[in-house]
Amino acid sequence: MAVELVFENRSKVGAMIQDSLLMIKRSSTHIIRNTDQLLGAFFQPIMFLVLFASVFGGSIEKALPGGVSYINFLMAGIIVQTVAFGSTTTAIAVSTDLKKGIVDRFKSLPMSNLAVLNGHVISDIFRNAISTTVMIVSGFVIGFRPQADLIGWLQIIGILLLFTFAFSWLSAIIGVLAKSVEAVQWLTFVIIFPLTFASSAFTPTAGMGKYLKAFAENQPITQVVESIRALILGTPIGTYGWKAVAWSIGTLLVAIPLASYLFKTKTSN
Amino acid sequence: MAKNDIVIQTKNLKKSFGTNHVLRGINLSVPRGTMLALLGPNGAGKTTTVRILSTLLKPDSGDVKVEGYSVTTNPDKVRSVIGLTGQSAAVDELLTGRENLIMMGRLYRLNSKSAKARSEELLNEFDLVKAASRPVKTYSGGMRRRLDLAVSLIATPPVIFLDEPTTGLDPRSRLVMWDIIRKLMDRGTTILLTTQYLEEADQLADNIVLIDGGKVIAEGSAKQLKSKLGKDRLVFSFKNLSTLNSAKTTLGSKVQTTDEENLSVTLLAKGDGSDVGEALKVLKDKKVPIASMDIHKPTLDDVFLSLTDKTKKTRSK
Repeated sequence: MAVELVFENRSKVGAMIQDSLLMIKRSSTHIIRNTDQLLGAFFQPIMFLVLFASVFGGSIEKALPGGVSYINFLMAGIIVQTVAFGSTTTAIAVSTDLKKGIVDRFKSLPMSNLAVLNGHVISDIFRNAISTTVMIVSGFVIGFRPQADLIGWLQIIGILLLFTFAFSWLSAIIGVLAKSVEAVQWLTFVIIFPLTFASSAFTPTAGMGKYLKAFAENQPITQVVESIRALILGTPIGTYGWKAVAWSIGTLLVAIPLASYLFKTKTSN
Repeated sequence: MAKNDIVIQTKNLKKSFGTNHVLRGINLSVPRGTMLALLGPNGAGKTTTVRILSTLLKPDSGDVKVEGYSVTTNPDKVRSVIGLTGQSAAVDELLTGRENLIMMGRLYRLNSKSAKARSEELLNEFDLVKAASRPVKTYSGGMRRRLDLAVSLIATPPVIFLDEPTTGLDPRSRLVMWDIIRKLMDRGTTILLTTQYLEEADQLADNIVLIDGGKVIAEGSAKQLKSKLGKDRLVFSFKNLSTLNSAKTTLGSKVQTTDEENLSVTLLAKGDGSDVGEALKVLKDKKVPIASMDIHKPTLDDVFLSLTDKTKKTRSK
């Protein structure tokens, strides 16, 4: 053998970090190489934003308190919805890996299993950051005028990061459990679509029926949307802030170990 | 060294999926530097065996060791000495060939410099230099298999599992793979190969284990297995049905089978060839004209078909 091979000796934690970095690099390369998905990450948010603002704007604006413009109201909701849908890429990626057999390869290597999931989840955050930036920039074009200062923006970024992280881990569970990539697509759709619509993302909860209103006001999406909205509009954040953070952290505490366990025990066919 | 001479070993390995008993007590032992071919039809349990040996599946019972490490109690050690390739392993479609190799090398804990140098070496060796910077999804089937094998060799593991490495390849790519596998053997790598192609096992392996229905039905070298069925077959063909029939009467009880469609008779011949001359003489004396004559050496196909037929019969009882 011409090449002399030098092996690294790492601690268990060091090895896991190293493996995760390699997997993050892999999944992030996928973002750039998968041109169709990349185009989606750019244009879907713009489409949603323009459609919602122009179709619903006129009617809903009248129901908003204190002369708030619909675009300023909508922005928080549509960012959260985009991020929630963006997180489903993890589910698709995990499911595809399992079907294509590359997970078998990874499992036959002396590497950390968890690193594969880490890679997909973290690269999801990168993609979501792209989508969110595109959306905010196009928002400015059609009249979005936020009141948040630097600290406000840092808080918004923090809440969003936690939220997308939590949703990506939930999505990893769906990716492991679903029988096919097609199943992933409709499963994530029927979970996320009602969750984002039965919330205060697009319209105030005041006009909803009694039970729907009770659900909408207490579910996690509303907490995240309302805290970001308050920060954008410069209104008091109330209890929404800590509730949003608590929901995300609580989800992570359950989803990370569960996803890891399911992934480890799952054998692809 | 003595205790390490057997590199891959399974004792009474069993595995079931629900009521489907896929492996029903498999014993294998592969000495260092040799190749064992696990030969059997689809569903015989070949891939399941490889998946257990490469720590992807847990055995229900039985003792399974690779390089002395148990797959159940010491899977991490096993993973650091094996390479897996074939139908149950894969490469990343969106990464380039080079990126795949370097990434897998790093996951084997090679340092960055070694991983890069070794990748270039393998790209050269497997004739993938030109395609090295293209995403794998643009590769042909043969290139993909070569990359897949290259990836499993990145850390030069002493043990390689080749799970049907040439299934679905065109004949030319198959020959290329065989060449690569032979080179691996020359370097002293211990190999377990699964295949449904008898020729592949015959060409490459030191020892062959025939499995069917989750059980070992025969084992030995290709030569030993062939000699189990033993006899050469002598086939005479004739121009027309009337000469065929007169040949049949002339040769009498020596005729094993008659094929009226191909106008031929088959005789079993002894190893020394004495009865070939005898049969020719009898036919010449009776003036029966022969159109052509063939001597068939027993093939692994014969062994395989006769043995798998037997297991089918005993199982259906």
